[in-house]
Amino acid sequence: MKNLEGSSPSTQRVSVLGQADVNRAITRIAHEIIERNRGLEGVVIIGLQRGGVWLADRLVAAINHIEGESAHPLVTGYLDVSLFRDDISLRPVTPLSVTDIPIDLDGSKVVLVDDVLFTGRTVRAALDALNQYGRPASVQLAVMIDRGHRELPIRPDYVGKNLPTGRDEDVHVTSEAVTLERRVTQ
Amino acid sequence: MKHLRSIEELGVEGIVRILSLSEHMAQVNQRPVPKVPALIGRTVVSLFFEDSTRTRISFETAAKRLSADTMTFSVSTSSVNKGESLRDTIETVSAMGVAAFVVRHKTSGIPWQLSQWTDACIINAGDGWHQHPTQALLDTYTVMSTLGRTPSATCLAGLRIAIVGDVRHSRVARSNVQAFTALGAQVVLVAPRTLLPPGVEDWPVEISSSLDEVIGDVDVLYMLRMQRERMNEALVPHLGEYSQRFGLDERRATLLRDTALVMHPGPMNRGVEMVVDPATLPGNVITRQVANGVSVRMAVLFDVLGGSEATTGVQT
Repeated sequence: MKNLEGSSPSTQRVSVLGQADVNRAITRIAHEIIERNRGLEGVVIIGLQRGGVWLADRLVAAINHIEGESAHPLVTGYLDVSLFRDDISLRPVTPLSVTDIPIDLDGSKVVLVDDVLFTGRTVRAALDALNQYGRPASVQLAVMIDRGHRELPIRPDYVGKNLPTGRDEDVHVTSEAVTLERRVTQ
Repeated sequence: MKHLRSIEELGVEGIVRILSLSEHMAQVNQRPVPKVPALIGRTVVSLFFEDSTRTRISFETAAKRLSADTMTFSVSTSSVNKGESLRDTIETVSAMGVAAFVVRHKTSGIPWQLSQWTDACIINAGDGWHQHPTQALLDTYTVMSTLGRTPSATCLAGLRIAIVGDVRHSRVARSNVQAFTALGAQVVLVAPRTLLPPGVEDWPVEISSSLDEVIGDVDVLYMLRMQRERMNEALVPHLGEYSQRFGLDERRATLLRDTALVMHPGPMNRGVEMVVDPATLPGNVITRQVANGVSVRMAVLFDVLGGSEATTGVQT
């Protein structure tokens, strides 16, 4: 870990994963998804708006690269859960992103994808939202970072990196890198 | 936002915020289950002291799609008939734990008055000749989305919109002029002098008394309802004559540009302001206005109630 340049005096930024690490994590999770589901039959990859969208796209590309696109064309969707949250009255919610689930989910194996798993409340909202698109045979969860602090009995099936954090720290995930930002009290 | 009482109070920033939220709600309405739990536990009461079908049902549909509980207060079967005052009525209903009132009343300014008597949010569904902000928002949304534009402070720029008919008695016209011009449209009012309100010279609009001169170069033709129930004075000599000069008949419809949108807030007076069957016009978006009304009212309810604490128990 190293300190990055350009950090403001009141925050301290630490690099967690670089580009190569992110790529390797995506490739590994892609293999795990194929292995766990014994192929791709019935698998639907659903990215949670907005942080999970790029990761879902990258996972689909990685899976297609491993398996070849022809065998079982992988279905991809996106889900915005802001109107399903249980903390609407506690913080400002601006639901502006697209939900696009192209098929009926009855009997499918859904893999929810998000960048960071924190309290678990987004995932709970996503499970509620999924109900409206059918009854999946199973729902799995893939995340790039599991930062702990769960408030609900939810656990990920596929993890890029387990990252113990403090509640006063922020995790920033992009397709290039993962950084941890710590607010320094002076 | 605590209340939605007028377009002016909402401001340009607020209009753009509601339009963006409306796009999201329109997408919710296309899902297999068009219902989300966003406002669960909130109670929305419709207080309609004036007749309405579409606005009341539109608001109730919107509230139900956001999982709010809805109650309707209909004046004809209420204690108002026993002489209960408006203030007592609103305080009584508020005491049952209400998050928002949707109010229509024949007196201008009632929404402001009510907000002094209750902690609940007030949404104006039409007050006298004054304002009907959700109608203006759904009309703005309809123009914007039909023309493929996206929400911004200039999303109606370059458009010429004619509002035709009884502007004097129309809260729709007042709200729509404010909303359309705030987003950059150029508005021309077309009406006989007697049906224009006093002080119209100060509005940011052009004025014309000839529909034939205006109709050929507008992007939107907005026909107002001839408000016969508000027509005690003889402001027009004869409805037939009004219809000849200001109604949309088949001859005038041929003068419209192919791309021009034709709008009406409903209910339509067929044979008065709308002589031609609007279903035959290529730019007819009247039913789309009604459909968009649900999405826009969902956006308004969510904007007003989404950030507030759930009101579930009885207030003391």
